[in-house]
Amino acid sequence: MLDVNGVQKIYRGKDREVEAVRDLTFRLEEGELACLVGPSGCGKTTLLKCIAGLLKPTSGSVEVAGKAVTGPPRDMSVVFQEYGRSLFSWLTVQGNVELPLKEKKLSKERRRTLVTEALEAVGLADSARSYPWQLSGGMQQRVAIARAIAYEPRVLLMDEPFAAVDAQTRADLEDLIRGLWQRFSMTVLFITHDIDEAVYLGQRVLVLSSSPTVVQDDVAVDLPAERDQLTTRSDQRFTELRARVYSEIQNAKNGQAASAPAAT
Amino acid sequence: MTTPTTDTARPTTGSQRPAEGRVRGPGAAFPFGSNALLGIAGSACFLLLWEIAPRTGAVSATYLPPASEVLTTLGERLLVAGFWVAVGDTLAGWGLGLAIAFTAAVTLGFVVGSVPALRTFTASTVEFLRPIPSVALIPLAILLYGTDIRSTLLLVVYASFWQIYIQVLYGVADVDPVADQTARSYGLGRLARIRYVVWPSALPYVLTGVRLGAAVALILAVTAQLTIGSPGLGQEIAVAQSGGATALVYALIVATGAIGVLVNVGVRALERRVLHWHTSVRGEIAA
Repeated sequence: MLDVNGVQKIYRGKDREVEAVRDLTFRLEEGELACLVGPSGCGKTTLLKCIAGLLKPTSGSVEVAGKAVTGPPRDMSVVFQEYGRSLFSWLTVQGNVELPLKEKKLSKERRRTLVTEALEAVGLADSARSYPWQLSGGMQQRVAIARAIAYEPRVLLMDEPFAAVDAQTRADLEDLIRGLWQRFSMTVLFITHDIDEAVYLGQRVLVLSSSPTVVQDDVAVDLPAERDQLTTRSDQRFTELRARVYSEIQNAKNGQAASAPAAT
Repeated sequence: MTTPTTDTARPTTGSQRPAEGRVRGPGAAFPFGSNALLGIAGSACFLLLWEIAPRTGAVSATYLPPASEVLTTLGERLLVAGFWVAVGDTLAGWGLGLAIAFTAAVTLGFVVGSVPALRTFTASTVEFLRPIPSVALIPLAILLYGTDIRSTLLLVVYASFWQIYIQVLYGVADVDPVADQTARSYGLGRLARIRYVVWPSALPYVLTGVRLGAAVALILAVTAQLTIGSPGLGQEIAVAQSGGATALVYALIVATGAIGVLVNVGVRALERRVLHWHTSVRGEIAA
């Protein structure tokens, strides 16, 4: 569903070059939920922009549903970390969710159905007429998620979406994402710097090395599909996986190669 | 490149008074608290001084008639049809000039502002043309159009164009990169982004430009009538002056001042209405 093939990105400044991403290759099957973790400054956001078609990789390619990405793909939506800046404060909640659908040239009834369904799915059916800035941070990110869902994406990209909300809201939003992923059967790539979050959410955790970035490890998360903030997080397997990802990130920081090659 | 100070570049409104600490909904009426009372008291004091100074002989009443006399003269003028024709002419020159300047500045500002190369290409020319005082164009205006309204328009348009144009350039450049990336990721094309993202982002700047431009346009409209003699309040002032009617000169000056105040209040009301979503207006909620 999502194919990243040898993506490399070099930023060229006036008199120096920065290789943010060296050689990234991975593949997400249809309906998969994968988390991408890596040490800070490892080029996660650069990679996301390349996948989203917002940035052209220096070499390599990205394919979504078998089609090469040259601009923002139609069947992909992105949720950014900075919800306050990503939502348009001059539009109401409903207006924000509906705008991309207008550009998709959907009929009025269809747009209404999708907007209502998406807002209901994130638990904001009553706030349609509010403005984003009248809502709390967690609710604003829900609006951004509703906008992404309403777009009916086959691939959903999320760039550290919960980095700026408090811990309790964060737990709620994590469960919301699991729920939406199961309900709408999308392929989800979730970028985060939080190891616990990555293991809790994903079916798979891709560990990136520090910059210049390669895939350091690919960890399959063999936790049950039904996850719960309390039981899952206290599960022994959760702790083991968490420890494995943690040590890989430490290795990444120290510039060592993966201890064991990825098993996929 | 010279940049305007932040308080002119940044949209502002007069509705933020932290002292009050009361939650106020968007588009709330102009506040009428202790600050307003203080303002009224100030104006009353000023009028009183203006009344006393000539009466006590501190200032010669020939040069400064007392406030009551000036206001009475103004009151009489308000009943004369010719006065309203002059007001109409002034407002026509002002409004038409501002409208032309607005249209041109917004169109050009969006085109030039959206193309960085074009902006750099034109920057030095703009920095040369912008500081030229509009009054320096008066001889040119007379040469081209005589005492026609087009002379007034030339000056008004030239002066207010730059005010708006510069603000539009800043506004177009101030689009949040995250908002822009969001719009692009949802497949919004160039035109759609201008309509749904760039325009609303630039709107606070545009309105600041309009407010500055409106004030300058009024100054130039009156100046043109005074010096060129095209019809309007400025010309009335010139006539009153040559007839030695001091009180009338003052009365007409007060009238132009009143128009200026009304114009500013009007633009501010427009700002509050159009920008009800903007941080400068909504104020009360910490985002």
